[in-house]
Amino acid sequence: MAATQEEIVAGLAEIVNEIAGIPVEDVELDKSFTDDLDVDSLSMVEVVVAAEERFDVKIPDDDVKDLKTVGDATNYILKNQG
Amino acid sequence: MSPTNRTVVVTGIGATTPLGGDAASTWEGLIAGKSGVKPLEQDWAAEQAVRIAAQIAVEPSEVIPRPQARKLDRSAQFALIAAQEAWKDAGFEARAGDDASVDPDRLGAVIASGIGGVTTLLDQYDVLKEKGVRRVSPHTVPMLMPNSPSANVGLLVGARAGVHTPVSACASGAEAIGYAIEMIRTGRADVVVAGGTEAAIHPLPIAAFGNMMAMSKNNEDPQGASRPYDAGRDGFVLGEGAGVVVLESAEHAAARGARVYAEAVGQGISADAHDIVQPEPEGRGIAHALQNLLDRTDLDPAEIVHVNAHATSTPAGDVAELKALRKVFGDDTDHMAVSATKSMTGHLLGGAGGVESVATVLALYHRVAPPTINVENLDPEAEANADIVRGEARKLPVEGRIAALNDSFGFGGHNVVLAFRTV
Repeated sequence: MAATQEEIVAGLAEIVNEIAGIPVEDVELDKSFTDDLDVDSLSMVEVVVAAEERFDVKIPDDDVKDLKTVGDATNYILKNQG
Repeated sequence: MSPTNRTVVVTGIGATTPLGGDAASTWEGLIAGKSGVKPLEQDWAAEQAVRIAAQIAVEPSEVIPRPQARKLDRSAQFALIAAQEAWKDAGFEARAGDDASVDPDRLGAVIASGIGGVTTLLDQYDVLKEKGVRRVSPHTVPMLMPNSPSANVGLLVGARAGVHTPVSACASGAEAIGYAIEMIRTGRADVVVAGGTEAAIHPLPIAAFGNMMAMSKNNEDPQGASRPYDAGRDGFVLGEGAGVVVLESAEHAAARGARVYAEAVGQGISADAHDIVQPEPEGRGIAHALQNLLDRTDLDPAEIVHVNAHATSTPAGDVAELKALRKVFGDDTDHMAVSATKSMTGHLLGGAGGVESVATVLALYHRVAPPTINVENLDPEAEANADIVRGEARKLPVEGRIAALNDSFGFGGHNVVLAFRTV
């Protein structure tokens, strides 16, 4: 059962909260992982790996650089989830 | 004084140890003769021959926020906690530069560890085996590298004069402080945050040290297991934690009106060239280090009233050190109150020199020598060579300039002696 946009944002919020300590309610579509959510480049790898597991999706390293905002990641997952 | 022979002083101290989460509580525990050793209650401990350790009194998770802590090996967490305390204790209110009383280009950090991020390395290897390549943390390398504690402390305070990590097993923490003294003495820096840290309470190091026959297996009496100088001593008890001092040129400290705990007089260093793990039984290498200390500083043996000994509670090492003191200082040894604080803190390996330097500085500052606990039957060879402070803390001379030594020796034959003196 594919996740909805709302479920993906909620899931990413939990992941970002776990990794960077940002309150879940602050994780919104237009937020930048690096600039707004305190996710540095190494921590972004952790976010990606956690998202892959949670949403049954593969996110190749080459695509990670395009996931600047929560919205970018959400759309990527919506399109590519298994 | 010439810029290459400047006087160095201690202006800040910090610690997190099996006795307490800061320097003050650690000192209280030391003076009270409290043991920090406890049974290991983790699941993995059941199959170990050694099931005791001096575990940290205040878990770093109670101090460091989780998002920051998960990017730091436990050894770096300890170092940051101790360094933060020492930095504030020295009177600095922010990072160098933001606090205008210290120039980042003239600030260094030298924090050592004997083993580095061993728990991170082993835990991530477990992740690799159990969950696969993709799940290995991207933070693994900056967490496990042995320079991680020094680099993180350097970032904390904004040190740009140089960040260093001497590695010499159980002498590492003392070597770090010695290196820092030299950085200031020779003019490379005005202020250096220096010390040692270790976090190696994990089944592999415990099994490995245990199989070397280096550790006490007195699981029935954890608090009595670390017994330096006792005739029945049977090895060290592993401890964890960190001790950090802020060292500063006397001029720099005076210019900003800093409180001075003690002068950091200097260091004596040598190597045994004897065996990879066994101490040289007559203490020749240690005596060489002590002689180097005397030759390179204006320390007068007549003013040395206290020695915080390396004494880990191993049969061979404890006595070799005392023989070396007697060999170099002769009758002056008689007025040195010798304390083995590892009887209370356990052996913090690379953290030992840091924590014991804090203890040595506080012993001078308060003019009290902490006790060696658990000495029920004093080893006659110990008694013949030195005056061991047993059972209870002992007052040091209340007047006049007094000095104290902190000895640290490590596997590999590394000998480091640090000298501190009242101001």
